Amino acid sequence: MDDLLSEFLTETAESLATLDVELVNLEQNPNDPKILQNIFRLVHTIKGTCGFLGLPRLETVAHAAENVLGKFRDGDLEVTPDAVTLILNSIDRIKEILGHLEQTEAEPEGNDADLIERLNAMAEGRAAPAASSGESDAPPAPPGPGEADNPADDAPSWPVAAELEAEFAELLGKNDKPAAPSVPASVPSTPAPAPATAVQPVEEKPAAVPAAPKAEAKAPAASAAPVGEAKESVANQSIRVNVELLENLMTLVSELVLTRNQLLQMVRGKDDSEFATPLQRLSHITTDLQEGVMKTRMQPIGNAWAKLPRIVRDLSLEMGKKIDLQMIGAETELDRQVLELIKDPLTHMVRNSADHGLEGPEERRAAGKPEVGKVVLNAYHEGGHIIIEISDDGRGLNLAKIRAKAIANGLVSEAEADAMTEQQIAQFIFRAGLSTAEKVTSVSGRGVGMDVVRSNIEKIGGTIELKTALGKGSTFTIKIPLTLAIVSALIVECSNERFAIPQISVLELVRVTPNSEHKIEVINSAPVLRLRDRLLPLVSLKKLLRLEEGEDERSETFIVITQVGTYTFGIIVDRVFDTEEIVVKPVAPILRHITMFSGNTILGDGSVIMILDPNGIASATGEAGMAGATQAADSKAARVDANERTSLLVFRDGTGDDLKAVPLALVARLEEIDLAQIEHSHGKPVVQYRGHLMPLVAIDPHMDLGKEGRQPVLVFSDRDRSMGLVVEEIVDIVEEHLKVELAVDQPGLIGTAVISGKATDLIDAGYYLTQAFGDWFGTQEEPSFDNEDGSQRRVLLVDDSPFFRNLLTPLLSVAGYDVTAVDSADKALALRDTGREFDIIISDIEMPGLSGFDFATAVRSEGPWRQVPMVALSSHATERDFERGRQVGFNDYVAKFDRDALLETLMQTLAAAEGAA
Amino acid sequence: MNQIVARGRDSQEVLAAETQDYVTMFIEGQLFGIPVLTVQDVLGAQKITRIPLAPREVAGSLNLRGRIVTAIDVRLRLGLAPRPEGEQPMSVVVELGGELYSLMVDSVGEVLSLPSAGFERNPPTLDPLWREFSAGIFRLQGKLLVVLDVMRLLEFTRQEA
Repeated sequence: MDDLLSEFLTETAESLATLDVELVNLEQNPNDPKILQNIFRLVHTIKGTCGFLGLPRLETVAHAAENVLGKFRDGDLEVTPDAVTLILNSIDRIKEILGHLEQTEAEPEGNDADLIERLNAMAEGRAAPAASSGESDAPPAPPGPGEADNPADDAPSWPVAAELEAEFAELLGKNDKPAAPSVPASVPSTPAPAPATAVQPVEEKPAAVPAAPKAEAKAPAASAAPVGEAKESVANQSIRVNVELLENLMTLVSELVLTRNQLLQMVRGKDDSEFATPLQRLSHITTDLQEGVMKTRMQPIGNAWAKLPRIVRDLSLEMGKKIDLQMIGAETELDRQVLELIKDPLTHMVRNSADHGLEGPEERRAAGKPEVGKVVLNAYHEGGHIIIEISDDGRGLNLAKIRAKAIANGLVSEAEADAMTEQQIAQFIFRAGLSTAEKVTSVSGRGVGMDVVRSNIEKIGGTIELKTALGKGSTFTIKIPLTLAIVSALIVECSNERFAIPQISVLELVRVTPNSEHKIEVINSAPVLRLRDRLLPLVSLKKLLRLEEGEDERSETFIVITQVGTYTFGIIVDRVFDTEEIVVKPVAPILRHITMFSGNTILGDGSVIMILDPNGIASATGEAGMAGATQAADSKAARVDANERTSLLVFRDGTGDDLKAVPLALVARLEEIDLAQIEHSHGKPVVQYRGHLMPLVAIDPHMDLGKEGRQPVLVFSDRDRSMGLVVEEIVDIVEEHLKVELAVDQPGLIGTAVISGKATDLIDAGYYLTQAFGDWFGTQEEPSFDNEDGSQRRVLLVDDSPFFRNLLTPLLSVAGYDVTAVDSADKALALRDTGREFDIIISDIEMPGLSGFDFATAVRSEGPWRQVPMVALSSHATERDFERGRQVGFNDYVAKFDRDALLETLMQTLAAAEGAA
Repeated sequence: MNQIVARGRDSQEVLAAETQDYVTMFIEGQLFGIPVLTVQDVLGAQKITRIPLAPREVAGSLNLRGRIVTAIDVRLRLGLAPRPEGEQPMSVVVELGGELYSLMVDSVGEVLSLPSAGFERNPPTLDPLWREFSAGIFRLQGKLLVVLDVMRLLEFTRQEA
């Protein structure tokens, strides 16, 4: 059933229950204005909602009842038992229509002219003749206003039904309900010969509402009843819970999580604790509970998008543009608190894209683009975050205009502006007082703009980025945390005071000692840090918070590299502890003016700690004044190619001090398992995990797992299978451009890459997966890699499965290819449109949206990639697929799991293509 | 409704009842009192986390059974000298607007039941700062008790603005 409808039913059922009680109260205290007011409000709400949902019958009844109630309220009418009965009758009628609505998702046919007539009569003060009789004895077929009763004789052509059906069809069309076919189906199935009176005796329920049209109204209901009764009533399936109650629950659960963490920490040191097992159980239950409570707060992001199509439609009419709004990932869920907070910024941005971003049809035609402009909203989960992209294929930002405006508004001097990169100039739109719309339309251009959007998003700990290409469109990328309730924070110390910094804004940590390669340098007492060819501004937490100066010069300090929006800076602290999950609590009102803190919390050890607000610190360091322009330039440039970076999980495997790494995206979860719970199956260690047996694999096959204690495990999952890779210690998570420097001829390793300045072995997750499940890739062959060609071939990998993308990217990059991976054919085509060039394209066949075949057809039909060789990648490698692939333009076809064949094919295809050229 | 009552000055309530119970406390020998019903807890010395950049009178925050309590140094709030080194303060915890505050004083005494007949308005000669925070004076035998107006004591906004 349509969400909206079921919500309406639940809500209205509740309102009606209240109404019943209140009406009886009213009868007893006819002069209590409060009760009257409440009744009036309830009926009014029902009426309003019906109107909104397009339920005309309900609306008219509610409206008429509201009229009468209005008279009561204004004192024009006396509250008599008769009058109350009449209102109650209307309520019953409403209930009945609702009941029908619940079963068939459509209002029953018929009309309520009789009831409305009586209500109106009452409202006008006429002594309603029918009122007294309407109470109990059902007039089986009073000659009510004619047209309602004529169907009985010539049933096949019910004008009312037809009319309603048309209305429903229209309504359904509008709402785009999946249930659409059910309505036309139910109408023809109406027992045609059923004259109103004949049906009535068959009814099981006694006639609650004694009105003639009811009978025919019931008829279709009866036909649909078997289905309807099988299910629980919608109104009973869910209960409405006060948001405050949920918030309280969440707070309690958060506290529970903290207490659990505290206990775990205490027991961790003692191997033989008798508490270990119950605590483990407590821990699991707590985690489940936390997930459950979180789920109650989760709402699909589509809720925040619901009104966008209408806005865009209105806009397109007003502006004379043709706009196609595409919404992808509407089912992505996030915390309702976050949802509320991003609703307005999102609306604003979509408007912006439609208004400023997209050109008019003529302009588009002149630019050689399709007349219909596209605005695409895309939401998806990534790590603990939600990513929302808003992109348009419009004209892109007019950087020259932004630059001029920024100079005119004194945001930047002309000389400074000259030195800025395009992306940097684009960022000015996030500053106050800058609107690029020349005309102030009713939509945008009023100067309340992206600066508000940015500050709203940053308020909830999110970030927003912008990419734009002139003539190609702009893309905004918003990254927000899934929930605000529990965040991971880095605990630091400064002048013997501890502070928490939300992990989301921490990029990396740098340790500074007199002999380390990193040194704090000073320009006119402003500290800066050289970090990988960039100069970062630094702020001393000590100075910022006016803490006492430490006793003497410390031999080592730490710098927390922090990012706020596109501004990167370092915070100098004395010490860094580990990270902790914290529950952010607001600070007392008398401290709210201190912008350096976003809240406070209680740590595992029971002490209170202040949570630093990176935004506040950034603005305190003069970011607002564009002081960090030069630094920002680097950071922005760095952000632009950030997409090409890969998050890597760095760990030790216990075979030595070597660092090992694996792409984070491959890792489903990090777990810590109790060694005592390891069991063996076919001589291989397994552990029960989330109701399944999960095989455990160690990097060192001879590693002794031990019998007691706890061991961190990286869990890899694909579909419903999981595998645990036992490691010694998880070291860090870093984001690096993944470039394998040395390939090694050792199973299980892809090669060695420089990660955070250290040589780190990149493990081949695929190898370990096959260790756990021989058939994971449908092959048991030992992987071996050829690394013959030194020159970098550019490979475009199109595969919707993040798992395979992440698997193949390192595999190909170790084989000497420069890999760009995208998750859909649309994105690949978008890359083509931005002028990217590749030597070869590898594409999956089964993908949502454009399939591999369609993609090949599109590539071959036009554009610069016409000649680029293409290799299809699929799990079905039958002769027929082969043939089809060739027909649409694939040069070769490889089974998805055969990595050797893939590498081989790539080489051959490239050689063939070069030979031909 | 509750808020409306709370907003009224304590003095009205003070006069209304026959007697009222006060938690007494001492700062520099001076006796203070706050209505017993507003007091949630009496604490000894606590581990307090300092809050940088906070007003001087805010001593920091502490963890009271999982709730974060903001500690206010009443000495400093009343314009008195800071507590001498080594002396351990005691605190009275009160709730205001859903937030807990701990009022740090030198020591906390017994609960006194005071007849409203002994209540006086603030003498006009009282220091303006004290007049701000005092809801009135009780005449006791041998000494005077200043009734602290907790709401005003915790109202920092006016001075900050």
